[in-house]
Amino acid sequence: MHALANLKVVEFAAFAAGPMVGKHLGEHGAQVIHVESRTRPDGFRVHYPPYKDNQPGLDRTGSFAIFNDSKMSVALNLKSARGVEIAKQIVAWADVLIENFVPGVMERLGLGYDAACAVNPSIVYLSSCNMGQTGPKASQRGFGSQLTSQSGFTELAGYPEGGPMLLFGPYIDFVAVGFGLTAVLAALDYRRRTGRGQYIDLSQYETGVQFIVPALLDYEANGRVMTHHGNRDPNAAPHGAYPCRGDDNRWCVIAVFSEDEWRAFCRAAEHPEWADDARFASLAARKQNEDALDQLVGAWTAQFSPHEVMEKLQAVGVRAAVVNTLADLFCDPQLKHRRIWREMSHPVLERFDYEGPPFALSETPAELHRSPLLGEHNRRVLGELLGMSDAEIDELEKQGVVE
Amino acid sequence: MDTNTLLAPYRVLDLTDENAWLCGRILGDLGADVVKVEPPGGDPARRNGPFYHDEPDPEKSLPWFAYNANKRGVTLNLDSERGRALFCRLAQRADFVLESFAPGALDARGIGDAALRELNPRLVVTSITPFGQTGPYAQYRGSDLIAMATSGFMSLVGEPGKPPLRVSLPQAPMWTGMYAAAGTLIAHYHREMTGRGQHVDVSMQAALLWALANAPAYWSVTRENLHPAGSFMVGRSVTGARMRAIYPCQDGYINFIIYGGEAGRRSNEAMVAWIAEEQPIPEWLKQKDWNVFNVATCTQEEVDALEGVFAGFLRRRTKAEFAAQAVQRGILGYPVNNARDIRGDPQLAARQFWQEVEHPELGVTLLYPGIFARFATAGCGICRRAPRIGEHNEEIYAGELGLSPDELAQLKQEQVI
Repeated sequence: MHALANLKVVEFAAFAAGPMVGKHLGEHGAQVIHVESRTRPDGFRVHYPPYKDNQPGLDRTGSFAIFNDSKMSVALNLKSARGVEIAKQIVAWADVLIENFVPGVMERLGLGYDAACAVNPSIVYLSSCNMGQTGPKASQRGFGSQLTSQSGFTELAGYPEGGPMLLFGPYIDFVAVGFGLTAVLAALDYRRRTGRGQYIDLSQYETGVQFIVPALLDYEANGRVMTHHGNRDPNAAPHGAYPCRGDDNRWCVIAVFSEDEWRAFCRAAEHPEWADDARFASLAARKQNEDALDQLVGAWTAQFSPHEVMEKLQAVGVRAAVVNTLADLFCDPQLKHRRIWREMSHPVLERFDYEGPPFALSETPAELHRSPLLGEHNRRVLGELLGMSDAEIDELEKQGVVE
Repeated sequence: MDTNTLLAPYRVLDLTDENAWLCGRILGDLGADVVKVEPPGGDPARRNGPFYHDEPDPEKSLPWFAYNANKRGVTLNLDSERGRALFCRLAQRADFVLESFAPGALDARGIGDAALRELNPRLVVTSITPFGQTGPYAQYRGSDLIAMATSGFMSLVGEPGKPPLRVSLPQAPMWTGMYAAAGTLIAHYHREMTGRGQHVDVSMQAALLWALANAPAYWSVTRENLHPAGSFMVGRSVTGARMRAIYPCQDGYINFIIYGGEAGRRSNEAMVAWIAEEQPIPEWLKQKDWNVFNVATCTQEEVDALEGVFAGFLRRRTKAEFAAQAVQRGILGYPVNNARDIRGDPQLAARQFWQEVEHPELGVTLLYPGIFARFATAGCGICRRAPRIGEHNEEIYAGELGLSPDELAQLKQEQVI
């Protein structure tokens, strides 16, 4: 039994912000159809590595695979009137529609909210775009890795002495994913109770802002403009990344909040004299002498591997951890225990590590299925779900409606 | 209370700490009746700043305001037997329990997931912890920094050779709270279909993994261990050229990236046209054929020449000027905004994003960012500021559970509430 066993979803969506919502629904049992075409494939199939054997190709990139497991792909040419007609049949079949085009594109395709309502009045329709459907910047194009800067995250990352730092990739797209997923699920509950569908206008910018509300209230209440200060924290010291043994650029992190933790840290580090040092006698004192403190801590951690530091300190109740690299994530014992990585075979990639959700449901756990090849489920969607005959589908293929 | 909200009929008991406050806030934004349950004296994280007017006071913590709006609040000592009995009475009437105790801590008190669901089989119990309920790290302590490190996020941010970086304002609690809300509502969907609740086990480490975007796919497909390059982007050209993404400007920084493809061509041409209107540009740039420019094969020399011109030009612009021109001309770029810039953004004003929230005790109305989405036919928004310590004790214990004034006074005296 899956949590969302009877749910039907159609995506007119590309890249991450739309398709990832469908992925999470699909891995909990919803039937999800990813609509794309050979004329206009999902951008992640075309523009983004990593490619199998470094050879680009529509079914060869891990960037499409990782966001599109547990769904079906149908390749439908929406430039043709018949293609749009079929798309509308899928919309009529669905409970949820997800789109993440620039505002206006779905209307031009004949698949806007009003058109969708005409064939399916109680549809839950999620529009996710950079800045929302309205306002002077609504039609501004842009990528998530840049919108992350507009939403304040870049300013909040960096070393104290330097400028802002890039976060990896389109950070904000994935913030929009979690909120979009939540919005859809809440709208489905409302629909079940009232019979009414929903139009959801999700601005990725506005979802990103939810993650920095304290900075906005600090400006509102105190006029202060928050900026980056490395890894330091006003409520903890030591608090940062420290070098570890070896010449392969390994790091650990340590976070000491309370006085009890500080004393436990000094004992575990076999430097009880630090606990008696006036420079470090209180959080305020440690904050004042944090450079000196960080030097001592860094010299101590440099004798050990990151895992040794983690184990020594966690054993006495002090927060410490290894800074995992990408490679480390795939042998991290905790992620392994949670079955985050689900290795599956794939006809082109051969094997791929799909990524499970961060929440585990006790009675209805997620079940992942490999990502689809482009148009892999044309026959299944048109035949089984829409009831077309093989001859009809052959004809549509010949006309270039189905690609 | 507006009853035309998405989750109007549901009651949430929120026992979480600062690493999961956002989960209840989201359910409250969607219209659920969220009751924050704090220990007597209040949630310890109320002592974290920044504070309203910089006055350290558990009733003036801005992070508390931010992520506990749309909740009511009661105090309850779960270490006392009478406190636990009261909690069970609340749980019998609730639809959701959110908690972030160390794994096993509520079981030891007899009010863990299994006990609660025996009492109320419809209950969805969501547990939010640094690493999850079971596994080799389950009993390890966590925080934002710990999740930032163990998720791999930090290894992708910073300058080569310098320490890996977190975001200075904690982000792991946000990812965790957001994904906890999503998982909770998936379990809710199933409960409404079947009548059965379940346990949702959320890990901070795992919640932050999606902040790595497609990076794990690199390891999976090509065994490539990506490394950060500060304010530059790498891995875009086969020549190994690094490309600037952050440019200094008059009043801060601008994010502008040279893209390829059709979208990139339009953006690059628009940028060069703007520069040419304002200053003389070199002949080679005038002649540049953006149709043949290819990000995937361009060389460092080519990139450096372009960036030299762009950097000199952007240095003399302001963030607001760039933002306006980018919209008007179709340039792919955004200002590196801070809180002040976001507050002043005409886009958010036009969408009436900001919402007034009254704080009568402070004698002020503060402008909060509105909720995360617009729902066409449901009235969701911020209805109430975060609760004061024990603010709704009487409303809930007397009004709902029917405790008498004497009983309330006794509970207070025994420090149960």
